[in-house]
Amino acid sequence: MITLVDYKAGNLTSVRRALDHLGIPCQVSADPETVRRADKIIFPGVGAAGAAMSILRECGLDSALKEAFAAGTPILGICIGCQIILTHSEEDDTPCLDLLPGACLRFRVSDPTLKIPHMGWNGVIVTQPHPLLVHLRPGDEFYFVHSFYPQPADASQVYAISDYGGEFPVAIGKDNLFAVQFHTEKSGAVGLKVLENFANWQI
Amino acid sequence: MLSKRIVSCLDVRDGKLAKSVKFVDTQDIGDPVAKAREYYAQGLDELVFYDITASSDNRGIMLDVVSRVAEQVFIPFSVGGGLRTVEDCSRVLLAGAEKVNVNSAAVKYPGLIAEASKAFGAQAVVLSMDVLKVQKSAQIPSGYEIVINGGRTPMGLDAIAWARRGVDLGAGELVVNSIDADGTKTGYELTLTRQIAEAVSVPVIASGGGGKPEHLYDVLTEGKADAALVASMLHYGEYTVGQIKEYLAGRGIKVRIQKDE
Repeated sequence: MITLVDYKAGNLTSVRRALDHLGIPCQVSADPETVRRADKIIFPGVGAAGAAMSILRECGLDSALKEAFAAGTPILGICIGCQIILTHSEEDDTPCLDLLPGACLRFRVSDPTLKIPHMGWNGVIVTQPHPLLVHLRPGDEFYFVHSFYPQPADASQVYAISDYGGEFPVAIGKDNLFAVQFHTEKSGAVGLKVLENFANWQI
Repeated sequence: MLSKRIVSCLDVRDGKLAKSVKFVDTQDIGDPVAKAREYYAQGLDELVFYDITASSDNRGIMLDVVSRVAEQVFIPFSVGGGLRTVEDCSRVLLAGAEKVNVNSAAVKYPGLIAEASKAFGAQAVVLSMDVLKVQKSAQIPSGYEIVINGGRTPMGLDAIAWARRGVDLGAGELVVNSIDADGTKTGYELTLTRQIAEAVSVPVIASGGGGKPEHLYDVLTEGKADAALVASMLHYGEYTVGQIKEYLAGRGIKVRIQKDE
């Protein structure tokens, strides 16, 4: 059973609907103990890093996620859930969960025709094979909505990139943790397949 | 680079699909959820649902449509029509929409844009504007005027100025609907679209007038739109999303091509 971490951060319902559609059992929980004991965790989210981190701390979910990661529980982060797993976010100058060393950085594009947020469909290029991205073919696109992007300190933790006035990481991970900046739940069939791969992921 | 988006608009009255032609004589052409599923399968990038239900008694039906779409269609979609308060917006977002589409109510009460943007983020707030071509004047220097109530009420408001103000208030995206072009299938209003796209820093979706794939090419290049909205081209089965995208890709426009499984 996959546990969806509920910290009042937006796209949880969309992710749950996608899992329901795929016939993948899941439960939604805001309880740190449930998260600690989960078989697998999806850590979704939209919104601002500062607000997300304060809610996680208030609910005690920050330490629950850290413990689950250390214990080897498979975790999938989506969007904000891909950003606040890093050490720090430039958004609201927020100290984050530090599951992966690195920072979440603001887009600094020099081309004035490139609008921020980076919103819409963009191509994703796999830079290193990963079980959750095995189905991707050249030219596959995913749906993005964000103004910040994840940059792990260790380049070997980047699994896929995209290009928006320059290349940036869009899928990162280490061991039992994998996280994507794009919205798997809004990216059509290729996005749903990432969720399905996560459900089948054996570490 | 981001792909140019093909968006389709489904007008929904009392839970049924309708397509307006010059905003009069709407004709029921089916089930919005089935249509949404069909376009999703064809590789559409995004959907817009406008609730044109006349009676407020039947507005609840729309929430049911939104929730059924969200269970079956995994691309972003927005919902507009009859959203007057942040609570109205909240209800459609909770039912499963990514974005709300505000139009007349925002012209009458611009604070709605700011309030919704603060509550849900700018990315969730689309300002939709209905625009009529008029004589240039001191009040309407661009010659494009904002009208509301489905095109019936001119507001003495310049469309370019309103676009800028809407973005300043917190709209994350604009739908620019030309009432002159709507339903004509003779092409989008390129001058209007380009002027607005050049005036604001958020994505612009061109609406009204699309009848052939080359019209989309024109508005995505000359019109500088980030996305083009298509209705009758798809609704009457004249084209599929794939055919439109193949045409655009063939002319060098970056679009998302959905590959078969």
